[in-house]
Amino acid sequence: MTIDYHAILPVLILSGTIVIVLITDLFLSPRHKSASMWVALVGVLATLVAVLSLIGNGDRTTFGGSYQVDAFTIVFQTFFMSAAAVVLLISYRYFREGGFYQGEYYFLLLTSFLGCLLMPASRDLLMLFLALELVSAPGFLMAAFRKSDVKGNEGGLKFFLIGVLSTAVMLYGMSLIYGLTGHLQLAAVSAGLQQLSGAKETLANAAILFVVVGFAFKVSAVPFQFWAPDTYEGSPVPVAAFLGVASSAAGFAGLLQLMFVAFVHEYHFWVPLFVALSLVTMTLGNLVALQQRQVVRLLAYSGIAQTGYILLPFALVSADPAVNHSAFQAAVTYILIYGIMNLGAFAVTTAISSRHPLLRVEDFAGLAKTAPLLATAMTVFMVSLAGVPPTGGFWAKLLIFQAGIQRGGVGVLLAVAMVINSVISVGYYFLIPRAMIFEDAEDQTPFRSPILVTAVVAVAMTALLVIFVVPNTIYRLGEVTSLGFGG
Amino acid sequence: MTWQNSAITITTLLPIVGALGVLLVPKGDDRLVKGIGIAVTGVCLALAIAIAATYDYSATCAAPPCLQFVLNVAWIPVIGARYHVGIDGISMPLYVLTFLLGFLCAIYTGRYVPEPGRIKAFVALTLLLITGMAGTFIAFDLILFFVFWELVLVPMYFLIGVWGSANRQYASIKFFLYTLFGSVFMLLGFLALYFSGPVDALGKHTFDLAALTAFGAGGGYTHLFQLVVFGAIALGFAVKVPMWPFHTWLPDAHTEAPTIGSVLLAGVMLKMGTYGFVRIALPVLPQGAVAYAPWIGGLAAIAIVYAALACLAQKDLKRLIAFSSVGHMGFVMLGIATLTTIGIQAAIFGMVAHGVITGMLFFCVGSIYDRYHTREIADIGGGMSEIMPKMSGIFAFVAIASLGLPGLAGFWGEVMALLGSFSPNTSTVAGLNVGLFRAFMILGGIGTILTAGYFLWMLQRVNMGLAPERWKEHGFRDILTVEWVSWVPLLVLILVLGLIPSIVLNSTEQGVNQIVRIFGG
Repeated sequence: MTIDYHAILPVLILSGTIVIVLITDLFLSPRHKSASMWVALVGVLATLVAVLSLIGNGDRTTFGGSYQVDAFTIVFQTFFMSAAAVVLLISYRYFREGGFYQGEYYFLLLTSFLGCLLMPASRDLLMLFLALELVSAPGFLMAAFRKSDVKGNEGGLKFFLIGVLSTAVMLYGMSLIYGLTGHLQLAAVSAGLQQLSGAKETLANAAILFVVVGFAFKVSAVPFQFWAPDTYEGSPVPVAAFLGVASSAAGFAGLLQLMFVAFVHEYHFWVPLFVALSLVTMTLGNLVALQQRQVVRLLAYSGIAQTGYILLPFALVSADPAVNHSAFQAAVTYILIYGIMNLGAFAVTTAISSRHPLLRVEDFAGLAKTAPLLATAMTVFMVSLAGVPPTGGFWAKLLIFQAGIQRGGVGVLLAVAMVINSVISVGYYFLIPRAMIFEDAEDQTPFRSPILVTAVVAVAMTALLVIFVVPNTIYRLGEVTSLGFGG
Repeated sequence: MTWQNSAITITTLLPIVGALGVLLVPKGDDRLVKGIGIAVTGVCLALAIAIAATYDYSATCAAPPCLQFVLNVAWIPVIGARYHVGIDGISMPLYVLTFLLGFLCAIYTGRYVPEPGRIKAFVALTLLLITGMAGTFIAFDLILFFVFWELVLVPMYFLIGVWGSANRQYASIKFFLYTLFGSVFMLLGFLALYFSGPVDALGKHTFDLAALTAFGAGGGYTHLFQLVVFGAIALGFAVKVPMWPFHTWLPDAHTEAPTIGSVLLAGVMLKMGTYGFVRIALPVLPQGAVAYAPWIGGLAAIAIVYAALACLAQKDLKRLIAFSSVGHMGFVMLGIATLTTIGIQAAIFGMVAHGVITGMLFFCVGSIYDRYHTREIADIGGGMSEIMPKMSGIFAFVAIASLGLPGLAGFWGEVMALLGSFSPNTSTVAGLNVGLFRAFMILGGIGTILTAGYFLWMLQRVNMGLAPERWKEHGFRDILTVEWVSWVPLLVLILVLGLIPSIVLNSTEQGVNQIVRIFGG
């Protein structure tokens, strides 16, 4: 078997970087430990270049079809490496000044991102499982990185226990599917499942349920969401950004492949499941978010609500390939745009945490005067998360509404539920702009945000405004990825 | 790039360029910021007038909308949304009105910057708002329309929330939530129009309003579909108008907003809703319109009477004017509900007249507040004609125009709407119930009497009588130059529109006729 080294070049580069980060940390003096970030950043950017070099070379498959490079892979790998760069940049000051183990952190973070990198390229159950574990395992450690903080320990432990449990359930489901079909590769699994009938079909459905439950934990869908707010709140803020954006997106990248490829013919069984998951997740997430007055918890519940929105396209899957195509496209596009606005919101939160570690909503008061750029950007992020023009978030939501209306029937009901939820979400998303702009700070001295964080925030804000004016490019990304799936 | 295909785009988007320019001005240079605001809106107004002047009013075409100055280019090919802008006789008066009020507001801002200052943000948001409002009137692609429609939300939210009066936070979020709630259902309705609408040779759907109008007017949508989707779309428009009982955001928003916010809200933003009915809901979903017309007419009649009664009970001058808008928009909706040429003509004329008159009333109230620092009618205590004779004269003139005195702008919209409801469109298949609409006419007639009542009573309490000593000692300045400059155009328009209503009616006639023809009128 020959290996296509160009296809796996991004993975190789990132793996090499991980080793280099770990080794250089040994030789850095305590004062210069933060240099690890720059090493990691160079590695991530090199990986990004390697990913981009795969564009236009057609689809590539290696390791006997387990690892595939196509539009879906390239789009998601680009997204994950951009997210990695952002998380690294916002981590720099936070970890340097917070008295953390820096080399170890960057090592763990990159390892998690290695899992993210593998996820969209994985085309068999085993690879998907490995990728997901690679994302999660370092995450458990990073979530508990604030060692002296009780909340950090609690959040980390919760995350670990639930993560392990969900993994076990999922793995059990995968083993059943392997036993029933004799295949691990997604396309073969799909064909194999179609031939089952009677008791075997029932067992297959149970197996699908197990796998879905496992992923539902990862993306924090209700009723498997309760770890998320505690874990986010207890983690260092950049880690919460990683969990809220990259880890969740990786879960969706896996789930998309499973539901739209491997299990697509069993949609009769699992679509009602996703209808319920989506409805309950978005509604509960929004209603609880309304009660939150701590920004990271608010973002955590907002993330749960947004998970509900992203689950909606799954509930639209039907026998009509055109609808599946639109649903897949909507989900991918939403994840991409959501990543930008959520990373931006976490970046601003990271900046504020140096002055106000408690991160209550009222700590943002008066930011419009003390840090106009951060306040403007945060307003854009919140308006965008609410899905209101003039921001990119509007286009993300539009595509899901559109897929729902196109599906008809239950799709229309889901779209109605989502628009009502979107209106409700304004109630809490606007809390932060209101505090920043309408109220005055106690401390009127100008707030100097770290330059790296400011740069990230400015780029994310600009991106959302540009996407608002020319949404076609990001829509195209969603469209090309759905060509290989959804049909 | 010719004048024909670029004029509208340049005029509509120029305020955004101005807003970006304002943000680049160094801190502290307030004069430059105000100057940019006035210059940009002034150029926009000049361009809008040039568009109106070079528009060919004699051109005819087979099907509505009869567009000129069209630019139709690809925008979001993935979902089939296009950048399709153009203008016809119906849009023209509203488009020019938007820039006129925008320009006058910019001049007014040159003197009056509401607390807490932050002039850069104030001017930038106002400019963004103007683009959103103007864009709504020239967008002929549903997605583009919706984007412009929603573009006004965020700037207006901040204008009310930052620069408003005491209860501003409540008013701003209420405004935002109400209008957003309506418009998201409208968006779902648009998507339904798209997927059930016409398909081209390649199997692609379209958001193009001209194509959807042709399809819908030809009976392309099923009856049940029309009932459901008209309801969804009408909800979005009805909240914006606002129709009773969706009006409760309006008194709060108008009362708390800074003066120019109220002027633009009342002057232009409310018209986006009624314009939506005329432009989208009626021609695309004619059967839905026929089915809903009695309900819309009924709600409009209630709004007229309810608003008049509410105005009689108001103690706050600005809130009184705000409530009067609900009644005036009730006349507009009543006109639309008749589905007749005269009714819809009345509606469009009423929109323009209300924009000019109520915009002017809010200017007056803003300036009165600037002198007295109170809006309570009881605190003002009468006698304004003694303290500020010119101000009170203008206030009386505009209030009388608003109550519909013949010869002034407010008259035509009301009387034509009542005429329309005397003989509603009965030529449609289902037909409208004549008796019912005559009942609405009677209610509307009672409303006009009550309207005259509350405006005259207001004038009596504000203008007449002896001025309290404390105000006399104060020595208020009568009308300032900047107020003359920003008000005279509106005062002249009130008189001109009242004497020569044909300047608007001629422009809109062809478009309205084409819409009514869809109903077999």
